[in-house]
Order: sequence, then C-alpha cells, then structure tokens
Amino acid sequence: MADTGNPTGIGASVKRKEDFRFLTGQGTYTDDIKRPGQAYAYILRSPHAHAEIVKIDTARAKAMPGVVAIFTGADYDKGGVPCGWQIHSKDGSPMVEPPHFPLCKDRVRHVGDQVALVIGESLAQARDAAEAIAVTYKELPAIVSTADADKPGAAQVWPDAKNNTCFDWHLGDKAAVDAAFAKAHHVTKIDIVNQRLAPNAMEPRAAIGDYDRATGEYTLYTTSQNPHVIRLLMGAFVLQIPEHKLRVVAPDVGGGFGSKIFHYSEEALVTWAAAKVRRPVKWTSDRSEAFISDAQGRDHVSHAELALDKDGKFLALRVSTKANMGAYLSTFAPCVPTYLSATLLAGVYTTPAIYAEVKAVFTNTVAVDAYRGAGRPETTYLLERLVEKAARETGIDRVELRRKNFIPKDAFPYQTPVALQYDSGDYFSTLDIALKRADWAGFEARRAEAKKRGKLRGIGISTYIEACGIAPSAVVGSLGARAGLYECGSIRVHPTGSVTVFTGTHSHGQGHETTFAQLVSDTLGVPFDSVEVSHGDTNKIPFGMGTYGSRSLAVGGSALVKAMDKIIAKATRIAAHLMEASAADVEFKNGEFSVKGTDKKVPFGQVALTAYVPHNYPITELEPGLEETAFYDPLNFTYPGGCHICEVEIDPDTGVTQVAKFTAVDDIGRVINPMIVEGQVHGGVVQGIGQALLENCAYDNESGQLLTGSYMDYTMPRADDVPSIDVATHNTMCTHNPLGSKGVGEVGAIGSPPAVINAVLDALLPVGVKDITMPATPVKVWQAIQSAGSAKAAE
Amino acid sequence: MPTVKMTVNGKPVSAEVEARTLLVHFLREHLDLTGTHVGCDTAQCGACTVHVGGKAVKSCNMLAVQADGAEVTTIEGLATGDTLHPMQEAFRDHHGLQCGFCTPGMVMSAIDLVKRKADLSEAEIRAGLEGNICRCTGYHNIVKAVQAGAAATRGR
Repeated sequence: MADTGNPTGIGASVKRKEDFRFLTGQGTYTDDIKRPGQAYAYILRSPHAHAEIVKIDTARAKAMPGVVAIFTGADYDKGGVPCGWQIHSKDGSPMVEPPHFPLCKDRVRHVGDQVALVIGESLAQARDAAEAIAVTYKELPAIVSTADADKPGAAQVWPDAKNNTCFDWHLGDKAAVDAAFAKAHHVTKIDIVNQRLAPNAMEPRAAIGDYDRATGEYTLYTTSQNPHVIRLLMGAFVLQIPEHKLRVVAPDVGGGFGSKIFHYSEEALVTWAAAKVRRPVKWTSDRSEAFISDAQGRDHVSHAELALDKDGKFLALRVSTKANMGAYLSTFAPCVPTYLSATLLAGVYTTPAIYAEVKAVFTNTVAVDAYRGAGRPETTYLLERLVEKAARETGIDRVELRRKNFIPKDAFPYQTPVALQYDSGDYFSTLDIALKRADWAGFEARRAEAKKRGKLRGIGISTYIEACGIAPSAVVGSLGARAGLYECGSIRVHPTGSVTVFTGTHSHGQGHETTFAQLVSDTLGVPFDSVEVSHGDTNKIPFGMGTYGSRSLAVGGSALVKAMDKIIAKATRIAAHLMEASAADVEFKNGEFSVKGTDKKVPFGQVALTAYVPHNYPITELEPGLEETAFYDPLNFTYPGGCHICEVEIDPDTGVTQVAKFTAVDDIGRVINPMIVEGQVHGGVVQGIGQALLENCAYDNESGQLLTGSYMDYTMPRADDVPSIDVATHNTMCTHNPLGSKGVGEVGAIGSPPAVINAVLDALLPVGVKDITMPATPVKVWQAIQSAGSAKAAE
Repeated sequence: MPTVKMTVNGKPVSAEVEARTLLVHFLREHLDLTGTHVGCDTAQCGACTVHVGGKAVKSCNMLAVQADGAEVTTIEGLATGDTLHPMQEAFRDHHGLQCGFCTPGMVMSAIDLVKRKADLSEAEIRAGLEGNICRCTGYHNIVKAVQAGAAATRGR
C-alpha cells in the first residue's frame, strides 16, 4: 500500500462524499425518521440521587388526553442491560455486577434513573402525562465522590458491593517496583484528578422501536456507533429476540465520541414497548436529559510515584487509582481504567518496572464509560504531569528528561513491563518537529514580551503514546472482554464494474464513505465515484463490531483489504481464462489484468461483467459472481503517538487563560485522506483543551444533584475559546496490518490536556503556583495566584 | 388551535398548531424540513438556526405563532438545484463539517455573519460563531470555511 499519486486515491485530500447531503439538510438522523403511526415516548426520571420508590400512582396520568400507555418497573418483564467486560480483583474474585433494569423496580440510584415510560400520541402529551404521575420516594443518603466512595460511613449504592467497591485490580511486578524505589536517587510524587466529563455529541440520543406483527420482526433505529453490538446485547441478553428477527439501523449519527457505543436501556424500552402497544415508539433525548442519562467519561483519582536514578533515568513507576463507575456498569466501563489505561503506563519511556492498582467504585451518579481516548487520556495526563514535575524537582530540562528516557527508534518491537508490545514509533522525530514548529527555542523572548504587557506566558509539552486499533480478540478475551473485536468487510462488485462496500464500522463524522471509497477505488482501479460505502444496518452488513478506539481504518480498513485480496484473486482467474493464460502469469495493476511479457489485457470492468454473464467462463472451477467478505482480527493493538506543545497566556488580574498556540505532531501510520486526518486532530485537541480549561461535570456532594446539567452550566468549548491548531504528522508504519495505519480518532484528545496544563503551570511558576486541577477555569487560576501570593507574603 | 401562515423557502405554508409549538418543531414535524436540528434546550447550541426575515434566529427560541407572516429560510432553501450556496460550498471545500449535525445551523449563522460585515478577521468570525457549538471540528476548518465563504459571497 503506497501513495499512488491518484487524485482520488490513497494519500489524497478528497472532498467528502457525505457533505452534500449534510450541507443541504438531507441527512437522515434518527430523530428525522417518522414511522407510520408512530407514538412518542417520554421517560420519567428520578429527581433524587438515591431513594426508595415507595409508590407510583399512574391513574391520573393514564386518563390524560393522548396517552397510549404507561409502564413502570412492575410492568417490565425482560432482562437487564449487560456489561461487556469482566474484571477480576487481585484476589481472583469477579467484579460485582449489579443488575440494570431499564425501569427501576424499587430504588433509584442516580438523578435521571428511569422510573416510568409514558407513551403518547404526541411528545407534548406524553410529557404532560408524565408530570401527572405521582411517585412517592423515600430519600436516602447519596455518595458521589470518587475519593470518598470506599470510605467507612459512605452511603452504599449496592448491597453486594461492600464499601461500594466493584473490583480492586492490579497489574505489574510489585516486588520489582518496590526494589527499584528502594535504591532510587530521587522520587517524584503527584496526586492527580482526572475530572468527569460529558461527551456531548451534538446530536442527542434517539431510538425508535418498531414491531411487525406479520413477520414477528423487530426493528430498532438508534443513534449508535455499532448497530451489530446493540443487536447482540439487546437481542440476546435483554429482550431475548433472536438475531434473525431483529434489525438494528444506525442511520446518520451526529457524533459519538464513545458515548454512543454502549447499549442503553432506552433502546430496549422502545423496542419492547413497540410490541406491547403494537405501534412504532420513538424516544428522543433532550439535552438536559442527555446530561443525566448519557454515559459520562473519565473521573479518576490517582496517586503516582516515579523513581529516578542520579542521571534522571526512570527506574520504576507506581500508580494507585480510584475510578468512578457511576451507579451502574455501562457496556465497557470496567476496561477503561484497567486494560485501556494501566497498560499504557510505560508511555514513550523505557521505565523498566511498573505497578498499578485500580479500585473501581460505585456512586450515585450517571454511569461512566469510554469517552474519546478512554483510559489513555487519563494515563497520559498522569504520566506527563509526573514527568514534568520530576524535571522541575531534579533540575533536568523537561525536554531533555523526556529524550533521556524515550524508547529508542531501533528498539522496536518493544515489550513494556505492562503487557503491551509496541510495534513501531519514532518519538525523537515527532518531538523535534514539534519543538521546531512551535518555536520552542524562541519562547523565552515571547514570555518576556508578554511580561511587559502584564501577562503570564507559559509553554507546555506532552509526549505520548496510545494503544488503539482495538483489538486482537484472543488477547482481549483473556483480559475479560465478552466479545471478539475483529471487523468485517464485504466488497460487492456489480456486473457493470461499480462497487458497493459494506463495512461493519460506523461513521458518525469520521468520513468513512470517502476514506474507504478512496481505498477501494485505488486498490481495484475503479473510479472513485463508482464506489459507494454502506454501513449502519444489520440487514445490509454481514457483521460488524463498530467504530471506537480509533479502529475503523486499522481494523475495518484491513478487513476491506482482505476482502479485496479475495476479489482480485478470483478476478485474476477469470481474466486468465479470458486471455487464455495461466493465472500465475496474470498481473493486476491500475484496474487492468495483463499477461506478463505480452500485450494481452482485460479491464476490471470486463472481468466483472464476465463474472455475472458467465458465457465464456471456467464454470467447472469457479462460481459466477464477484462478491467477497472478509473478517480481520488484528494481530496486535496499534500505537499512535507524538508530541503536543501548547502555549498559553494568562491574565493575572482575571485568571483567564488564553491558548495562544497549539502544535500537534502525531505518528498515525498510513494516511488515506490528510484533510480528514487533520480534521480529526483539530476536533480531538479542542476536546482536550476543553477538558484542561473549561469542562467539568460537577455533582453536589450532599444531594447528588448534577450542577452542570445544561449548556448554561457545562462549559463547552466555543469558537472564541480556542485558537487555530498547527497539525502535522510524522508517520512510521504499523507493522502488523496490511495498511500500515494506526488510527487518528483519539490522538488529539489524548495528547493535549497535559500539554495545556503543563503550559498553565509553566506560566504560573514565576508567581509560585505549583499545582492546579482541571479544568483550570479563570476563578481557579485567579485563586491559585492569590493563595500563592499570600503564601509568599507570609514567608 | 391557532393557524399560522408563513413563507418557508419561498413557498407559502399554513397550518393549525398548538400555541406552544416552537418554530423548530413546526419546521421539522409539520413541514418535514428535518435539516434544522435540535441540539439543546437552552438556546445555546445554535443547531436550529434559520433565517427569519433575513436574520439568523434560533428557531428553538421562538414560537411558530411568532413567525406568523414571516419569510423563513432553512438549510433546505439555500442551494439552487444541485448548485450549493457559496457558504455551503466553502464548508465542503474546507472540511468545515464532520458529523453534520451542527452544520445547518452553523451555515445559516455564517451567512448572516458575513452579510452583516465584510472583511471579518479570524477573531471576529470566532466571536460571531460563539452561539453555535460544534463538537467535531474544533472550529479550525469552520473558521477557514467562513473566511472562504465570505470571499465567495462578496465575489458573487
């Protein structure tokens, strides 16, 4: 696979196929779908963080105009929503896995927990009726704090989870780490809070359940990143509908960032209710509802220690983390702080000994699960803050300390002490390119100039790695995954030579319809406009595990390559027959089959037609038709990495931090469409800046109420909060997939938060501020400056 | 129920609606113009932005009855056949959209923004789009698209 110079091929910034429909208002998002006779669902949610349901009186509500049906936990007769990943504790015991019914039976466990399903002729009527339901609650004490959840006296979320502990897990060689710390020249310690975030895809979740009495078939239209996974989880575990009677369609989906991976109970409710009321049932979340029902992200509290020798070489790392699961276990929640997080603790460094402990706790909050980066931003933030602090404490230049500990370019494949084997990378080069583009050398002059204007200017760096291209099935199976993580791709060559591509991945902004068409058009030598990519419908696509973990090109694209290999192999035999040659002598290049050393050739289109009109055809050896499916199970994770540099300017009078400049240099392997790649990095970086400076899900400690439940309270990054971003790549190829691609969806969000906070702390160093928690809001920065000033004055 | 009459994308429409019906729901539910999206419930995200009387308005923040008699343009009304409005074209050329959900509102706001002032600086574009939230693009390419769209609109 190489750049071919083809203007619509691999390596070209082709304009996107999907844009015309989105720009003209012709996209079809779930809420745009109207099924004939559809009714509207409204979900009555708990106003309390923790309470017993004493009584639900629906009599008055049921008599309201336009009410079709009202269901409560007592009516719901199917299964609970399952968790897809099982972690075992240090002592070998399995994690505590509480039931999660779509409608609460007797107790609510977070604000927004589901109490009743109201179905009306219109949404307004359903909502009016929901207001008339009288629920008697007995309020109970709530726990929301991650740090305090396992402490004595904390409210208990689940009877089976003693001290609210879901699991207490570890990874690495504790004895080796203890021994290394014993002989350390210097130890740097840090406490890190990785705050809770709301993913906030701009399209709120929606679901429509439909039931066909004539055939007994169910259809669910849903805002999902992985319709086949929803079909499997909902069909097999929740509603007991066999796959052949259940179709799941994820049409245009307006962003996901992880939050639309998971099987949500609303999906099960509308599907279940559609059969009960014998009408299609549609539910659309509003934004306030999304804040209390979409899985949230991050929420880790960690203590970390790094042992260094006298030259600044890292000897060992130990990390202890508490991770908040929320009130229920969402689909992938347990793997985020463990196998997606602790396994990355080597980072880009040669640290020989690492030990990590992770305790997962239940609280009376919305469930926490994967959000863009999922575990890897948490680890990167911890490591890069720790390394920065070690540089400050030892007096070693922060760039030099990183260089000193980088895994050398010739050390790959590199086995880390925490399970992973990195296949390729070049951390020195991404660092050097970033330093140059960011004009690191010229920074002190800019700091001095800013000082003259009364501003505090700082620069921060982060050198990072992530594991994505998720994932080798046998490996993740041994680590607790309850599914395989291969991908499926199908290539249908039509008689006239046009091609439909079926992929099990799902595009919700990533532009697969364009990127995959480039890959297929270039490989088969058919025009770009003759290739159409289909995704998101279990009745069309053979199978699929969906899109998350930056896996679509590395895993899904590789499946397409494997399917195309089969197409070319078969087409070669047809071409050989047509040219009366041996298949071994036939070459395929630029859409043409030729016999080596002769001028005999046939175009791909003629071979396709022959496959479907097999008059002159090797029919005894070969079936007609030209369509192939492949499943690709990756051999390893992929390891994108790179260097992010952020420059900030702080107004000490207001505490306002302005990002003056941001430079991202990433190694993502083979690039198909550079325009789309840059867009992915821009978006990820701004989500990272959002985490560092603006965003936070704040819960009231006493009542358990979410205080940031709307865009009036939760600070989303807006156009005037962020700068333009300088993006470049320096790519080494993934060595174990046929494309060499590593994935780009998450790098921006993973590398950026520590670069921003390291810059903020660099700016605040002259005024004596040594630590700050995310988000570094104006009030927090201003207060830190004031406290540091008072402390100095007191000295 | 009150009757509302208005002109939407050049066509006269009228319907009986509940008085509490928001303009965005009138467009989406009654006229099937689903290009206008609902991304929040506090008039913050701007996904529902349309033009009422030639000005950008968040249609979630206005009742349908308030638009009685008005000229309304939605994202569906911008292109002429398959020929995109220069601002739509600029968004495509500069990859100013990813998932497409905020895009209709973003484009409608951008058209109003560049109409109000020629030669906008990057900072002015960023400030002018403050009422439209995008989670995918990080705004980088949206700003580039609006700059290009402004130039193309002036040149038209």
